[in-house]
Amino acid sequence: MIADLPPGLILILGALVAPMIPAGLRRFYILALPALALWQLLALPAGVHGQVEMFGQILIFLRVDPLAEAFGIIFLIAAFIAAIYGWHEEEVLQHAAALIYAGAAIGAVFAGDLVTLFIFWELTAIASVFLIWARRTEPAYWSGMRYLVIQIGSGVILLAGIVLHYHATGSIAFGALGLVSPGTMLIFVAFGIKCAFPLLHNWLQDSYPEATVFGAVVLSAFTTKMAVYALARGFAGTEILIWIGAVMTVFPIFYAVIEDDLRRVLAYSLNIQLGFMVVGVGIGTELALNGAVAHAFTHILYKALLFMSIGAVLYRTGTAKASELGGLWKSMPLTAIFCLIGCASISAVPLFSGFVSKSLILSAAGKGGHLIPWLMLLTASAGVLAYSALKIPFFAFFAHDSGKRPAEAPASMLIAMGLAAVLSVGIGVWPAGLHALLPFPVDYHTYTASHVLTQMQLLLFGALGFAVLMRNRLYPQQLPATNLDSDWLYRRVCPLVLRSIRDIVRQVHGNVLRRARIRLQRFIATVYRHHGPQGALARTWPAGSMVLWVAVLLCITLIFSYVE
Amino acid sequence: MSDPRNGEDRQAGAGYWVDRKGRMSFLYRTLWVICAVFAAADFFFAHHPMFKIEGFPVFYGLFGFIVTIGLVLGARELRRIVRRDENYYDR
Repeated sequence: MIADLPPGLILILGALVAPMIPAGLRRFYILALPALALWQLLALPAGVHGQVEMFGQILIFLRVDPLAEAFGIIFLIAAFIAAIYGWHEEEVLQHAAALIYAGAAIGAVFAGDLVTLFIFWELTAIASVFLIWARRTEPAYWSGMRYLVIQIGSGVILLAGIVLHYHATGSIAFGALGLVSPGTMLIFVAFGIKCAFPLLHNWLQDSYPEATVFGAVVLSAFTTKMAVYALARGFAGTEILIWIGAVMTVFPIFYAVIEDDLRRVLAYSLNIQLGFMVVGVGIGTELALNGAVAHAFTHILYKALLFMSIGAVLYRTGTAKASELGGLWKSMPLTAIFCLIGCASISAVPLFSGFVSKSLILSAAGKGGHLIPWLMLLTASAGVLAYSALKIPFFAFFAHDSGKRPAEAPASMLIAMGLAAVLSVGIGVWPAGLHALLPFPVDYHTYTASHVLTQMQLLLFGALGFAVLMRNRLYPQQLPATNLDSDWLYRRVCPLVLRSIRDIVRQVHGNVLRRARIRLQRFIATVYRHHGPQGALARTWPAGSMVLWVAVLLCITLIFSYVE
Repeated sequence: MSDPRNGEDRQAGAGYWVDRKGRMSFLYRTLWVICAVFAAADFFFAHHPMFKIEGFPVFYGLFGFIVTIGLVLGARELRRIVRRDENYYDR
């Protein structure tokens, strides 16, 4: 039984015990859990284990294959790094939420059937919202509410899809699904919500920047990559994904350029990087799927690294807004260096991790002859400097001096950032290590002279473009503002429509009620007139007149009887 | 920002190489030179183009430069449409 223990369950059950452990020991305990789960994961033999019969269905809690393993490993590495980063965080709630969240994401990745997937799919939503609420601000509370509604909504759509799919096929197996029936289409939409497809994306930019310093790092790793995994499992080679992904890589760029809150910039940038993975899944060849998985792997590391470095800035200065920062490298040099390593990785500079993974996807797009998606990916690859890789370090650590001289980040944060940085550079220098973890055999040479040269050209000229814009003051000034995005629809338009409907209903209801009341009053007045104290029918008559009337009636009866 | 702190800053900042006058222009010109070198290198390496468009001289460099400028200028235009007050949703 122990041999079949799902690694995700180690984190979930371990988290439930965490509050009972003394605070001093707890920190080590929280670090040990992901390490233990990784140990268990690596010991699992390939194949299907942990079957449980429930409701007449066989639920598979452990389907171990290379695709699931790759995601499981990076999720556990991310959980471990986040645990180090959160060393300073005293609040046990956040650690427990993070562990359950990570455990649920890992559980979803190893789920062999759709019902098990659904259980963990919803658990990630419920556990993760506490990382937002833990900020304990009014905006965080409301943002968390919106996040929860959308995330749970995704789960409900998934469940509806599973029911329809089961009804149509009689199977709950989670394998390749394809867009073939209403059931699988609903499942696709459910995955799309968590994967932040265009127009379904805004929960991400809304909620992650509202989370705690520690929470944002944890959030950045799991939900969206779990969705990428689910798409890779269920919808590999679905052509529409190429276009969805390509749009995802381009349109958030504009928002990222003008956004002032650097953690929100990172959220937009996360969205763009997801687009690369979605394109890879959509192309669906072995090279492309390897690329999608590799990019999820490297992306989790460098995105966590970037969230950690900006989180450290927020932790020390109390703000993550570009308009309020600048010149921090003078007092936070190590954080600045780690941030730059993250930026080099995200922009795919040779010898950094992004170069290894992004090139697989671009090559797959090229080999498949997808010219327009390829150009869109190339646009995002060049634009990355303008919207994040140069923008973020420039405004946070360089640019004009804000006069802020915060202390360097705490040692625990530096260790976590250092670990993510070492792994990012390690993958860049030694791609074979990452290649070994990918689901399909890799026959790809990352470092060819032509490839390195063209990528360096793309980036250097992109940097030159950024410099030219800065010198000529053409780069948008960083200003605190709200930029309308698709959330405007449900935060402004929907309430407005609902409010107008409410007003109309209220008015009609009021009118009907008023008229009804007038009629009722009239009716009561009539009844009162006849039956009230002075009403003709309610008067008290003297006995004499009663006798007279009885005599009159008897007379009439007598007359009638004679007439007959 | 108060004057004394600015003065103090300038004194403290004088120690940093990049804070001295003219250093930024120097870095800016250096970037131009590096780009020129990489553009020239384009003609000395064999390429393996996947699309015809890649055969255009210094395709990647020009693409990167134009796209960066285009995206940022596009974003400036977008801001005109989507920008609202910081507390827009709180009202």
